[in-house]
Amino acid sequence: MKVFGRICTILMFVFLYAPMAVMIVFSFNSGRSTFVFEGFSTRWYETLFQSSQTMTALKNTLILAIISALIATLLGTVAAVGIYHMRSKWLKSAVMTTTNIPMMNPDVVTGVSLMLLFVFIGRLIGASESLSFYTLLIAHITFNLPYVILNVLPKLRQVGNTLSEAAQDLGCTPVQSFFKVIFPNISSGIVSGFLMAFTLSLDDFVISYFTNGTGFQTLPLLIYSKTKKSVKPDIYALSTVIFIAVLLLLILVNIVQAKSENKKAPQKERNMI
Amino acid sequence: MKHSSLGTKILNAPYILWSVLFIIVPLVIVVYFAFTDQNGAWTLANIAEIKDYGEILLRSIGYAVVATLITLVTSYPVAYFMSKAKARTQAIMMMLIMLPMWMNLLIRTYSWTTILEKNGIINTLLGYLGIGPLPLIGTSGAVILGMIYNYIPYMILPIYTIMVKIDPALLEAASDLGSNGFDRLKRVIFPLSLPGVVSGITMVFVPSVSTFYIADKLGSTKTLMIGDMIQKKFDINLYSNTGAALSFVLMLIILISLAVMHKFAGEDGEAIIV
Repeated sequence: MKVFGRICTILMFVFLYAPMAVMIVFSFNSGRSTFVFEGFSTRWYETLFQSSQTMTALKNTLILAIISALIATLLGTVAAVGIYHMRSKWLKSAVMTTTNIPMMNPDVVTGVSLMLLFVFIGRLIGASESLSFYTLLIAHITFNLPYVILNVLPKLRQVGNTLSEAAQDLGCTPVQSFFKVIFPNISSGIVSGFLMAFTLSLDDFVISYFTNGTGFQTLPLLIYSKTKKSVKPDIYALSTVIFIAVLLLLILVNIVQAKSENKKAPQKERNMI
Repeated sequence: MKHSSLGTKILNAPYILWSVLFIIVPLVIVVYFAFTDQNGAWTLANIAEIKDYGEILLRSIGYAVVATLITLVTSYPVAYFMSKAKARTQAIMMMLIMLPMWMNLLIRTYSWTTILEKNGIINTLLGYLGIGPLPLIGTSGAVILGMIYNYIPYMILPIYTIMVKIDPALLEAASDLGSNGFDRLKRVIFPLSLPGVVSGITMVFVPSVSTFYIADKLGSTKTLMIGDMIQKKFDINLYSNTGAALSFVLMLIILISLAVMHKFAGEDGEAIIV
């Protein structure tokens, strides 16, 4: 069993990384093909960094991800607090079910349904272009919201009501008790909700495909339009840059986590004493 | 106490408004488009038209089922092995499994063309051995491979998460009571890992059956899937009633499969979402 498991795991990693390796190798191809390797060159990286189209798409992707994640985090945190304090069981489960819909529904359906809403409203008000940056932003906020709520809600449950009640007994207003007592305790959930929303927004292609206007192209949309035609290795150069960036980020996160765990360990011991 | 209830209402209002406007209403509009014609009159013609796409629907479900089964069978031993490794190794393996998921689906899928094309890597290697070129790209196999590649982490992670939690004392007890390795797997590990398996199946099946792009890039016109069809319909016409009807059917397929999986998971088998 052990040997079998080990072989399976090794094969799995070969399978997972073969396309990544291919992508990195062919990004250095001196030829124009993504199938035949002609020789080593960095010309596609030069092309990439000189391309204003790619740089604009990168900028657009970041702008969209930051704005949509910020709004979703704000709205989602407020919603989580509201849901947590909801009295009516019926309403609570209705809201939670609705929250789950964008996560359960296939992206294609979410994208299509939002697009139909936008063109429907566009037709009602007689707009010439019903899709724009704003419709794309609304779509991203919508699919980000559940992830923020589901990150914050468990933290609120952990904190419970006693702390804020104590704070209010000691003279805090409900708002003060939220910012002084609750907020510091749920901030880790808010941050992870924000990060999740940010990365989902960076990565999204399907929903963006249906809801974007003509003037605003994100990186995934640019990659899509490029892979529709005959592909040059510049896509692989772009992917390699993204891959390295993600790798560095993950390593950094791992180091920070390991460090904070090391810090926590002695603290626990102290608490025990 | 009335005061805090008012506060709750104020806190809830924006989100409830948002989710009604951008989650509920859009779905209602999909249904509305699916059951009306171009002029907005009620009709069942779009739904009746679905039978023309019966083959595509069955193919989508078939591909997704095959891809899900293969991911399950290959992920299970990996998840088991991971759960038995040292804590540090586990963390590194987790990171390595997540890393490709951070790449965009389009890139992950497209890079397979370099490997599978007629003059791609596999056929070049086979050429040295005097075999081929084999038709790899454009086949159902290539499409299913693409699905497996893109979604396999969603199978490994929930199964792994649940296996880590299995108490080793239970396994010891089982061997003390005389079960061999296979018995332990069949009667202890597998039943306990079932909730992870169920959520893995759901998380692979749902995106697989509804995918577009994978079949388009790695398959041919003969391997078209429902997602590709929906995309094509709306590319031609933003107000596509047939497209809406297809989306409606896809939604039903997902709902039914979620209900079936929920039943399998049992009462306490809440699906874990990683």
